[in-house]
Amino acid sequence: MTAALVLIAVFTLATAAVALSLRNLIHSALLLIASWFGIAAFYLWAGAEFVAFAQVLVYVGAVSMVVLFAVLLTRRSRADTVIAPDSVARAISAVITGIAVFGVLGAAILNTSFARLSPAGVPPLPSGTGVSPVISAPTATVRDIGMQLMSTHAAALLIIGILLTVALLGAVVLAAQDGPESKQESP
Amino acid sequence: MTLSGPLTFLLQLPLASAAGAADAFLERLPLVARDWVTSWLPEPWRWLVNSLLSIAVILSVFGLLFAYVTLAERKILGRIQNRPGPNRTPIPFTKLRFFGLAQPFADGVKSLTKEDVVPRGADHLLHFLAPVVLLAFSILTFAVIPYGRHLVPVELNAGVLYFFAAGAATELAVFMAGWASRNKYSLLAAMRALAQLISYELPLLLAWVPVVLVAGSLSTTEIVAAQAGWQFNVIPHWHVFTPWGAAGFAIFMIAALAESNRSPFDLPEAESELIAGHLTEYSGFKYALFFMAEYFGMIALSGMAITLFLGGWHAPSPYVEFIPSYVWFMGKLSALLLGFIWIRATFPRLRMDQLTRFAWKFLVPLALINLGNAAFWSLSFHWSGPFQILRWLISVLVVVGPFVLLGRKLSAGVAPRVYRYAV
Repeated sequence: MTAALVLIAVFTLATAAVALSLRNLIHSALLLIASWFGIAAFYLWAGAEFVAFAQVLVYVGAVSMVVLFAVLLTRRSRADTVIAPDSVARAISAVITGIAVFGVLGAAILNTSFARLSPAGVPPLPSGTGVSPVISAPTATVRDIGMQLMSTHAAALLIIGILLTVALLGAVVLAAQDGPESKQESP
Repeated sequence: MTLSGPLTFLLQLPLASAAGAADAFLERLPLVARDWVTSWLPEPWRWLVNSLLSIAVILSVFGLLFAYVTLAERKILGRIQNRPGPNRTPIPFTKLRFFGLAQPFADGVKSLTKEDVVPRGADHLLHFLAPVVLLAFSILTFAVIPYGRHLVPVELNAGVLYFFAAGAATELAVFMAGWASRNKYSLLAAMRALAQLISYELPLLLAWVPVVLVAGSLSTTEIVAAQAGWQFNVIPHWHVFTPWGAAGFAIFMIAALAESNRSPFDLPEAESELIAGHLTEYSGFKYALFFMAEYFGMIALSGMAITLFLGGWHAPSPYVEFIPSYVWFMGKLSALLLGFIWIRATFPRLRMDQLTRFAWKFLVPLALINLGNAAFWSLSFHWSGPFQILRWLISVLVVVGPFVLLGRKLSAGVAPRVYRYAV
C-alpha cells in the first residue's frame, strides 16, 4: 500500500514539476492533466471512489478543456511563450495569489485533526499511550456525501453555484458582442 | 476432480428450469467455465487469473462485436441504399464466400499493412498517443456494465460516475489528435468536435441523473436490481416504461449519438465536406484505432443505456426467463446498435449551428425539467388507486408539455421546411 502511495506521489509531483519546466505550453497543459490523474489515483488509493471519479470527470473532462482552449486562443504561434511577467503589478499579484492559496490550503491541512475522522463509535485514543492509534478508515457513501452537501455545506454549495452562474453569464456577455448584421438567416 | 464440476452441472441441465433462475445452469455457465479454468492454478494466483480472464473475454467479445457491427452496418446501409454491400471476401484459400463474412478481417489486415504516414511537422509523441489514449479510455468504460446476473467485471460504489468519467477523457484524445497533426484544418475540426462533445455531454449527464435519483444509487448493479419485477407478468418495471424514463432514454440516446460522433451528428469527420476532420493526418492502423474507439464508445453507451433505462439483463417477462440474462443483454445491445445503423441510413446530417442550438436550447432544458419530473415521481411513490392515475397524468404532462411548447417556439419561422426547388 505504501509503495503504491509513493508511486502515485512521485508520478503526480514529477508530472507537475515537468509541466512547470517545459516551454511548450500544450505539453505543459497535458502533463498538468496527467498530474490531475495522479491526484485522482490518490483519492482512489485513499478509498474515496466518488471524489476520485468526480475529480476525473471535472478536471480531466472539463477544466482541461478550459486550460487547453485558453492556451490555444491566447497564443499566436508555438514559439510564442513569454516567460517574463507582463508588468510588475501582475507579477506581484500572481505571487500574492499563490501565497494566499498556499496559506488557505496549508491552514486547512494543519487545522484538520485526523483522529476525529474515525467513526463516531470509536473514541480517539488518548495521546501518550505509546501505541500508534489504529483508526479504521472512514467510510463515506455517495448518500452521505449528498446529505452533507445538502445540509451542512448547503450555503457553500449555493455560493459556488451562483459564482459559476455569474462566470457563465459573464462569458456569454463577453462572447456575444455581435453587431446586428450577424443575425442568423433562416435556413 | 476438476472435470466433475461441469459434468454434474451438465447432468442437472434438464432440472435447471425448475430451480430458481439465478441458479440455472446456463445462467452460471460463464462462472463455471471460469472456475474450471482457474481450478488448475494454485489458490493465490486465482484472483489475478480471474481478472485477466474477464479482461480477455471483454476484449475478444467486444472486439468481435466491433468487427461484425462494421460489417452489419455496411450490409444494412447497402440494403437500404439498394445495393448488396460487401459480399465478395472469401474465407482465405477457399472459394467459400458466406455473404462476405470474412470482410472485417480483410479490413484489419488491410489497415495493418497500410503505410503509417506521420506529417513531418507533427508532434510525433502526441500524434502516436492520441489514438492509444482514446481507445484505452473507451475500453475502460466496459468495466462497470453488468452483462448478466453474475457478470459484472468490476463492482463499484460509484459505477455510473466511473463510466462517465472514463468517457469524458476521450475529449482529451480528440484535442491531442487535432493539435498534434500540425494541420490548421485538423485543429479547427478538433475544436468543432470538442464544441460538439462538450455541448452534448451536458444533456447526456443530465439524462441519467433522474435514474440515480429514483434508484437511489450510483452503482450499476443496484440500478439494474431496482428495475426487477413485472406488472401482470408482461410489463417489466424498466425505467423506460415511466414518463420520465422514456424522456430520459430519448435524451440519453440522442446525446449518445452525438457523443459517439454518429450520424446525424457526424459532422466532426464529415467525409464529404471536411475530409475527415481531426483524423485528416491519420492513416493505416492509427485511423483504424480511432474507428474502433468510435464503435467501442457506441457499444459502451448502448450498454449503459440498457443498464440505466432498459432493465439491464432482466428478461421482459417471467415466461422467457429461462433464456439466460447475458443473452437478453446482448439481444438488447444488438437492437440498439441496429437502431444506430438505421438512424445513420435515414437522417441527414445536421449543420454546426443547428447542432449546438439543439443541445443548449432544447435538450438541456428538457433534461432539467425531466429531473424535476423524476423528483416528483419518487416523492409520489406511495400514491395508490386513483392517485396512481393522477401521478401518471401529471408526469406525462410534464414531459409532453415542455416538449411541444419548446419545439413550437424554437421551430417558429424555420419549420416546416419548404422545398422551393424540389418537385
